[in-house]
Amino acid sequence: MTEEIIIAGFGGQGVLMMGKIIAYAGIMQNYEVSWMPSYGPEMRGGTANVTVIVSDERISSPILNEYDTAIILNQPSLDKFEKTVKPGGILIYDPNGILRHPERKDISIYKIPATEEAAKLGLTKIFNMMVLGGFLKIKPILSVESVIKGIEKSLPKRHHKLIPQNKEAILKGMEIIKLV
Amino acid sequence: MSEVKLMKGNEAFAEALIRAGTDAYFGYPITPQSEVVEYLMSQKPYETTGMVVLQCESEVAAINMCYGGAGAGFKVATSSSSPGISLKQEGISYLAGAELPALILNVARGGPGLGTIQPAQSDYFQATKGGGHGDYRLFVLAPSSVQEMADFVPLAFDVAFKYRNPAMILSDGIIGQMMEKVTLFEPIPRRSLEQIEKECPWATTGKKPNRERNIITSLDLDPISQEKHVMKLKEKYEKMQAELRYEEINTDDAEYLIVAYGSSARICHKVVSIARKQGLKVGLLRPITLFPFPYKRINELANKVKHILVTELSLGQMVEDVKLAVEGKVPVYFYGRTGGAIYTPVEILEYLKTKL
Amino acid sequence: MITYKDIIKPENLVYRRTPLLTQKTLSFCPGCGHGTVHRLIMEVVEEMNIQQDTIGIAPVGCSVLAYEFMDIDMQQAAHGRATALATALSRLMPNKYVFTYQGDGDLAAIGTAETIHACNRGENFIIIFINNGIYGMTGGQMAPTTIPDMITTTSPYGRDTKIMGNPLKITELVAQLPGTCYVTRQSVHTPNNVRKTKKAIRNAFEYIKQKKGTCFIEVVSNCPSGWRMTPLQANKWMEENMFKHYPLGDLKVPSNENVKQ
Repeated sequence: MTEEIIIAGFGGQGVLMMGKIIAYAGIMQNYEVSWMPSYGPEMRGGTANVTVIVSDERISSPILNEYDTAIILNQPSLDKFEKTVKPGGILIYDPNGILRHPERKDISIYKIPATEEAAKLGLTKIFNMMVLGGFLKIKPILSVESVIKGIEKSLPKRHHKLIPQNKEAILKGMEIIKLV
Repeated sequence: MSEVKLMKGNEAFAEALIRAGTDAYFGYPITPQSEVVEYLMSQKPYETTGMVVLQCESEVAAINMCYGGAGAGFKVATSSSSPGISLKQEGISYLAGAELPALILNVARGGPGLGTIQPAQSDYFQATKGGGHGDYRLFVLAPSSVQEMADFVPLAFDVAFKYRNPAMILSDGIIGQMMEKVTLFEPIPRRSLEQIEKECPWATTGKKPNRERNIITSLDLDPISQEKHVMKLKEKYEKMQAELRYEEINTDDAEYLIVAYGSSARICHKVVSIARKQGLKVGLLRPITLFPFPYKRINELANKVKHILVTELSLGQMVEDVKLAVEGKVPVYFYGRTGGAIYTPVEILEYLKTKL
Repeated sequence: MITYKDIIKPENLVYRRTPLLTQKTLSFCPGCGHGTVHRLIMEVVEEMNIQQDTIGIAPVGCSVLAYEFMDIDMQQAAHGRATALATALSRLMPNKYVFTYQGDGDLAAIGTAETIHACNRGENFIIIFINNGIYGMTGGQMAPTTIPDMITTTSPYGRDTKIMGNPLKITELVAQLPGTCYVTRQSVHTPNNVRKTKKAIRNAFEYIKQKKGTCFIEVVSNCPSGWRMTPLQANKWMEENMFKHYPLGDLKVPSNENVKQ
């Protein structure tokens, strides 16, 4: 099993954190993992993306041309990465702020209105966990338990009280993701 | 007790410094390696192992602090990225001239000048051919994983102290910034001052009545005697050939050989697996030490492959050493991206196919 | 009849060369202050019986070969970086006595950043700063401390401050920094001044023992060769000209003592 994922959006949307949680959850299940961020001078508001690979073999290149799954959280990222999904692969996107929707026919496209849903529930800070839940629903390569452990490892101790909320968001994400 | 963690390359390096019994780290923030000093400060090793950690006023100060600590026999390290490593070159030359062990990490980025903060491998010449002024060489290791960012720390220190020579870990923004699973080695305690004095009788720890004073200097105004000193360094570099390390992937039956190091070797490993699926017999040689360099092994492989492709995130630097090794036996092609741009596996494979 | 053997007795001894100076003949020019300051440091190290615990840093400049003359462990630093070396040494061996020995070009031009930051961090070592207002070793070029109108090979018509900038009073500058505990300016051109300088060096070593922070001793000195003068002329010129810009005395003493101007 090798799953090659790109997660892309604005800085501050929790893109890197989502990737880190997937990587940590992978370690919990004894997989090899790599997490390769784009890094730059913009701390907030700029574009951010991270390539996460989870595999049961030694991982070769952390830099890829194409991905099994693209998780897309803004328009520039959609424009950039839609074409990089492998034929037969998966594209998950949040339609918030998207004017030009994905058009490919040779991949499965899922829509997850996480921004809208998170705002309704007052969980805007962990909308990325909702997206993560959506991904896990479509690609159940990692168990929710491993993901929760991954969150524990990724969050500083002082934020651990938020873990139940994170779990709630993951489960919500699993509910609201829809095939386009 | 060994521990498995998910860490960035830079963090793994920093954690390995603490575990390797390092006495002092001196550094200055620069992207993409600032996590080293950030991590060290967050771990407060000065409260546990007693390791000195100092964010200095400049790269220049940092490398000269290393010189001071190394001169007293301590395990010292610094890290930076390309422009900062350029600033350190004078100090590195002094370390080599004064025969001092020290560890320098370069998490390289694109240049020249301020360049870019994105990864590059365009500091190969600087790392392997001296870098600063004068006739000298560094022991150079090129990690291609987060695991190696940790494991190469004690290895580099061992070689540095064995030969009394600075060692460099030449990494780049990919390896420094990426996170991977890393198994951390068991901590090695710091040496006591008595141990240091025993192991490093040359160290300036204060003149004891039973010995002559120790002097750490790279100055010798007499040309004949300076020449003798440089010849002694040369002999040392020849002995250092014993530290050669490289890795081969699918070279047994390879018709086409790729030579790549560090992050590029990772990308080329993928090229090999895609190519093999397509029936192309491609192999990979990854130099792990860049100095010493596997000239002999590349020369042997040149006898049995049709051509050799060198890929680097530069305009082509290591390719010159590969050509020296091949001695014209087969064509040597080069594919590179530079300025912080990164090639993908498919891009390299497509280039390779044009040369079949 | 009284022979020399009757005179050379310990009770008659008024002066002896400290054994902490090596047998090597000093390579400094006649009349230069370096040799005197070398001796004073070694005398203090001998008197405090700390040869085993003292590490010196030689700079680039005329005193680059200081390690040839002082019988202690020493390191020779890259130009301007002595205080960086000393920072590492004093932090790694906090119970040792570390001093740097630097000229004006080394300390106040190329090494300004290292000097100021070491002083500002309050590193626990001694900086001995020899200020003769000129680059001696390279043949008499203008230094950061060259006084206005002073002639050097790179200010052959005198230092014109409009073009070449002003002399840098780095000692006044470091006295402002919270990390320094003792900042003083002395000279070694008369026996009385030599005694005062030795006292200052002794004070500094005592403060280091008490881990009080950076001690900075400027010694205003001469350069008969670089100034193109005889040693006597140089000392007279120094008194009449250098001291106006660089007045002698303590600029800062540890807080439980009184500050004398």
